[in-house]
Amino acid sequence: MSLMVLFVLMGALALAAALGLLFARNAVYAALFLVLNMLALAVLYLTLGAPFLAMVQITVYAGAVMVLFLFVVMLLGAETLREEGGPIAWQRPLAAILGGVLVGTLSYILFVEATTGKILPPPEDYATPYALSVKLFQDYLLPFEVASVLLLVAMLGALVLVQIERKRRRNDDQTSD
Amino acid sequence: MIPLGAYLMVSAALFVIGAFGALARKSAVAILIGLELMFNAALLNAVAFWRYLHPQGFDGTVFAIVILAVAAAEVAVGLALFIAVYRRFGTAEADEIALLRG
Repeated sequence: MSLMVLFVLMGALALAAALGLLFARNAVYAALFLVLNMLALAVLYLTLGAPFLAMVQITVYAGAVMVLFLFVVMLLGAETLREEGGPIAWQRPLAAILGGVLVGTLSYILFVEATTGKILPPPEDYATPYALSVKLFQDYLLPFEVASVLLLVAMLGALVLVQIERKRRRNDDQTSD
Repeated sequence: MIPLGAYLMVSAALFVIGAFGALARKSAVAILIGLELMFNAALLNAVAFWRYLHPQGFDGTVFAIVILAVAAAEVAVGLALFIAVYRRFGTAEADEIALLRG
């Protein structure tokens, strides 16, 4: 019962933070609303019995990714989010209505068609870091390595993307002199 | 007991809000924030399905960790792209970068 109360509270908090993110006029506030949303989601992961994932969510998303976001927002000076309508005036309200329809349809399908009330009892060593790491480094070693290569390539790609532009600008300066 | 559908409803609402944010915003960073919200909704879905339908083993958690790594890589590359775009065009507004427009 208390789990239900926690779920309702955190689900409402996550949705409220997402809506606040949508209506925020300042990109820094939007990023901070996203942090709030991710903290609420981490608590939802705890109610689902995934404590390791909840901690990873907090450190990776609410920590590292958000620092990167705030760094770039402040570096680019892109704090103010312009809010003007598109070329079609009624575009935005129509999009909001269609989004509401989509949520309603999905909720109906998911809640009415796919509701399984029973939840299976967890196994003995339930989602402890030890059991999880055994799974990760034995059964799923190849996906783990592929993910690490992906992260390495992403890091190199980020470096290259930022580097090339600087070199080109230097060449432009030399030709103009 | 919390039904599975409740988690899926929260996830669906988050996904739609994120999609609206990604499509309606013009600032590149705000678009990326909307994408993050959609990633998080998908992650919540994966964990909820794992817990309710297949809790033996930790396949769902491993899956979620891999999604997390992909999302982190996507953010790093995306933000580096925005910095490169900003250096070239002097702006990171998505509708002002129209080099490919015919």
